[in-house]
Amino acid sequence: MIEVKDLHKGFGDVKVLKGISATFHPGKTNLIIGQSGSGKTVFLKSLIGLHTPEKGTISFDGRINTQFTQDQKQQWRQEIGMVFQGSALFDSQTVEDNVMFPLKMFTTKSEDEMLERVNFVLNRVNLENSNKKLPAELSGGMQKRVAIARAIVMNPKYLFCDEPNSGLDPRTAIVIDNLIQEITDEYKITTVINTHDMNSVMEIGEKIVFLENGKKAWEGTSDDMFKTDNEAVVSFVYSSNLFKKVREAYLRETK
Amino acid sequence: MNYIEHIGKYFLMLSRVFRKPQRSKVFYQAFMKEVEDLGLKSLGIIMFISFFIGGVIALQTALNLDNPFIPKSLVGFAAKRSIILEFAPTFCSIILAGKVGSYITSSIGTMRVTEQIDALEVMGINSLNHLVLPKILAAVFFYPFLISLGMFLGIFGGWTAGVLSGLFNGLDYIEGIQLDFKPFLLFYAIVKTLVFAFLIATVPSYHGYYVKGGSIAVGRASTQSVVWTTILIVIANYFLTQMLLT
Repeated sequence: MIEVKDLHKGFGDVKVLKGISATFHPGKTNLIIGQSGSGKTVFLKSLIGLHTPEKGTISFDGRINTQFTQDQKQQWRQEIGMVFQGSALFDSQTVEDNVMFPLKMFTTKSEDEMLERVNFVLNRVNLENSNKKLPAELSGGMQKRVAIARAIVMNPKYLFCDEPNSGLDPRTAIVIDNLIQEITDEYKITTVINTHDMNSVMEIGEKIVFLENGKKAWEGTSDDMFKTDNEAVVSFVYSSNLFKKVREAYLRETK
Repeated sequence: MNYIEHIGKYFLMLSRVFRKPQRSKVFYQAFMKEVEDLGLKSLGIIMFISFFIGGVIALQTALNLDNPFIPKSLVGFAAKRSIILEFAPTFCSIILAGKVGSYITSSIGTMRVTEQIDALEVMGINSLNHLVLPKILAAVFFYPFLISLGMFLGIFGGWTAGVLSGLFNGLDYIEGIQLDFKPFLLFYAIVKTLVFAFLIATVPSYHGYYVKGGSIAVGRASTQSVVWTTILIVIANYFLTQMLLT
């Protein structure tokens, strides 16, 4: 479980996060949504330790990350898997080497054992027979799947995804969404996803946190989202006619 | 950001670079890859330029020493001194600053803007140590060989030019090469090469690692890194010459 309390972060005079508190439970896909510039990426980067908060705490199963010793921090880092928006695969390495990289750096497994694990996770993300390909030879969706494979190869307790669907066609986006949800459920990972893809929100959002101007403006499930009267959420989520109609239909059916 | 801040940030970067590698096997593989990328792939250009510049130095010297009282062996002597003292270590290092420096900045800068460096940090890897230390060691290890080869080919190019043009006798040239040979001058050239190799690996790494923005920023950083590496090589050359030769 990840607990965030009163998180503040700014850059110079610009205050980006203004006291966000939230709890993310294991085995659930937790979504952070909000407009561009609402602080989603800074929030996610603070969770994974790329930004140091100015105020507030982030605890991982009761362990506060800013109080870690060097060894504890190293250990915690290995419990984290991260899928970056642009996949962030190492260009010069093959798919196999990319996925094997954390194993080479942090385990004492033999080459065969590492290869077995790599093949297992690549199989899990439905990417067989791509071991020797370079990232540039893969489609956007395949690159995302390699990134997910690399993120889960160390059996993480926490999985973070920054806009996992950006740049993907709707069908591939659903495949990626479902894959993340299945992995979350299967391995009981605490997953936090940063997105503004409303299809993802409706499809896999077990808990949704809506950010506005660096503050938490709303939180709930995707069902709650249909029922909410929160103006900020309604104007953001139901800005398209399609989602407006979906909401109207949902409300009619549940009356 | 002013110059003092850049200098401070550069030394802070170095303090993170010089740590014990997390995995020696992975580090060794990275080191060998850098030897290939930064060293072996520069062999061709260094060999080509050294041979022809050596030839030009010998021809220019021969054409300007047309006094019959000056022995022809002086052409070989002057060419040897110019090549060992300045051409091979300094001129070749400036060429390497252009070729290798822009490669280092653009490769690390691209890793920065495509979040590959963030990915390393999230995994718990000291990205500076992982990316920059193999480059420094590869350059410091390989460039003395590269520059020594440049010296040999420069002197050989001078001999070839003289023999082919008929401006001086090959035996006179060889006599001039052997004249007043001081091993200290080789030591001086190698010391300069080591310092320049360090600058060629670290200054472009600094520009690439701290780049902000997208592809245009990476391109701009590459240009800046070549300019600054060249400036620092020239300044270091002046001080090293004063310290070691005066």
